Amino acid sequence: MSLFSQIVQFFFTGITLGSIYAMVALGFNIIYNATGIINFAQGEFVMLGGMIMVWLSIAVGLPMVIAFPLTILAVTVIGALFERFAIYPMKKPSVLILIIITLAGSIVFKGGAMLIWGKETHTLPHFSGEDPIVILGATILPQTLWIIGILCAVVLMLAYFFNFTMLGKAMRACAVNPTAASLVGISVKKVVLFSFALSSAIGAVAGIVFTPMVLMEYDRGALLALKGFCAAVLGGLGNGIGAVVAGMIIGLLESFGAGFISSGYKDALALLVLLVVLFVKPSGIFGVSEASKLKEF
Amino acid sequence: MRLKPVLPILFFSCAVLCGPFFITSPYFLEILIFIGIYSLITLGLNLLMGFAGQISLGHAAFYAIGAYSSAILTTRYNMHFGISIPIALCMAAGIAYIVGVPSLRLKGHYLAMATLAFGEIIHICLNAAVDLTGGPSGIAGIPQMQVGQFVFDTEIKYYYLVWAIFIVLFIMTQNIIHSRVGRALQSIHGSETAASAMGVNVANYKVQVFMLSAVFAALSGVLYAHYITFISPQTSDLMFSIRLVTMVVVGGMGHIWGGLLGAGILTVLPEFLSIFEDYDMLIYGCILLVMVMFLPGGVVRGAEVVYSKLINLIRRSKGE
Repeated sequence: MSLFSQIVQFFFTGITLGSIYAMVALGFNIIYNATGIINFAQGEFVMLGGMIMVWLSIAVGLPMVIAFPLTILAVTVIGALFERFAIYPMKKPSVLILIIITLAGSIVFKGGAMLIWGKETHTLPHFSGEDPIVILGATILPQTLWIIGILCAVVLMLAYFFNFTMLGKAMRACAVNPTAASLVGISVKKVVLFSFALSSAIGAVAGIVFTPMVLMEYDRGALLALKGFCAAVLGGLGNGIGAVVAGMIIGLLESFGAGFISSGYKDALALLVLLVVLFVKPSGIFGVSEASKLKEF
Repeated sequence: MRLKPVLPILFFSCAVLCGPFFITSPYFLEILIFIGIYSLITLGLNLLMGFAGQISLGHAAFYAIGAYSSAILTTRYNMHFGISIPIALCMAAGIAYIVGVPSLRLKGHYLAMATLAFGEIIHICLNAAVDLTGGPSGIAGIPQMQVGQFVFDTEIKYYYLVWAIFIVLFIMTQNIIHSRVGRALQSIHGSETAASAMGVNVANYKVQVFMLSAVFAALSGVLYAHYITFISPQTSDLMFSIRLVTMVVVGGMGHIWGGLLGAGILTVLPEFLSIFEDYDMLIYGCILLVMVMFLPGGVVRGAEVVYSKLINLIRRSKGE
């Protein structure tokens, strides 16, 4: 393989990974904007999405077209229940307590998945076959196009939702100022519940499209969450477009790093970026540092 | 010297001293040794979480740094552990400083994520740097501790070693808490802005307590490595960091005895409930969730509430 086609190959791998990280990052942002919470269980929603999809389509035998929405619904319900039972009952919790709660939630999901589906890896057939497409000397699986397409669909739907629907506008109002939002009649509690439901749904979508490319197992969530968070921070926490761009940057960095530097350390590379961004410019490349100083943490 | 804070530790030391007269089975002694080793970490972690109000999800990494540094120095370079241990502790302190200075500028969520990422990086490196660490198969044949001709080779000797170290560090920690530094840390927990307005150097104190807790964790890792004489990356994964946080939360954040109690409960329970074997993650998650939601003060605070209610009840019944 020539160097050029190798680069093209790495580029597409990077974009694929980046799309997944972007979706995880979008999930982080939605909850963060509505509540100021970083949901440590975000990666587990991705894992649950993949696992439930595998279970529905292989063990139960549903066709993918039906299993896809059912999985999203299931994970959305799990996310909403998590908010209702673990976050909602807390009266004025400190940041430390919130971190521990979402962390505990992630362990519960992980342990539950291990209990139900075991420790082994699970696989899902590709959506439309595994015949590779050759572009500029690089071979690309059709699933790559699915992932990129679904990311675009998710972004477009979110853009429509936040700009043109009443609930979406209410959520943006809450992000700016919850007190003021409640004064004009927005139910902040409902918005918080909905933000958890929405972000778990996006997590589930990421999990479903990602599973055919890699194998899914019960403990894949933590690393996905970390890299997704890395994208969210790099793009400026709470910034939707930033999350997508930064997700792509992290994905590309990882695939080129694995190709040209070392595959053993490829996971460490993204985390190193996270540390560097946190240390040098915690507001991210698209964030305004003055604005981030006003945030509570 | 006020008697009140001294009495419990005095009682405790006596109990530790007399323990082996009643417990002679090596199996139970081993459990006690592990409680001691974990209590060392939770002592430091509690100082960080309960008193300074900062969270670290990467303390398993410091444990691993301590264990691996000493293991590599003693097995590869035949270094005496009298030299390797100080080096291991300095390594941990140095790395804690490098990580701590920038990440403790961050608050709450960012700090948690930064320490989580740091822990994962160390875990990945331990697996990938095969030449140095032996990769996933780890390092075997770590020498046992030895002073002159005296080898710490039996459970009972190691028991006294671990608990002697714990008691010394416990008294040190207690002094820190009851000193100017301890009050400064608690003021940071309350409000960083208010603390710095009162002249507390917030950044300095946070880094110092982070380094101290890292050194405690490294020391505990060293004790583990030279006791088991084997170390692999598995002993220091993310789940271990979370187990440590669970221990502190269960025992009681912000209470000096909390770490010890939590380490005790969560080390003893899995030994007697075989259910832990298969469902350990689910159980740890549930325990953590339930404790934080319903008893954020931990078992120690819960016991205090029960105790004061009992006293009240007795007083009332006497009054009638």
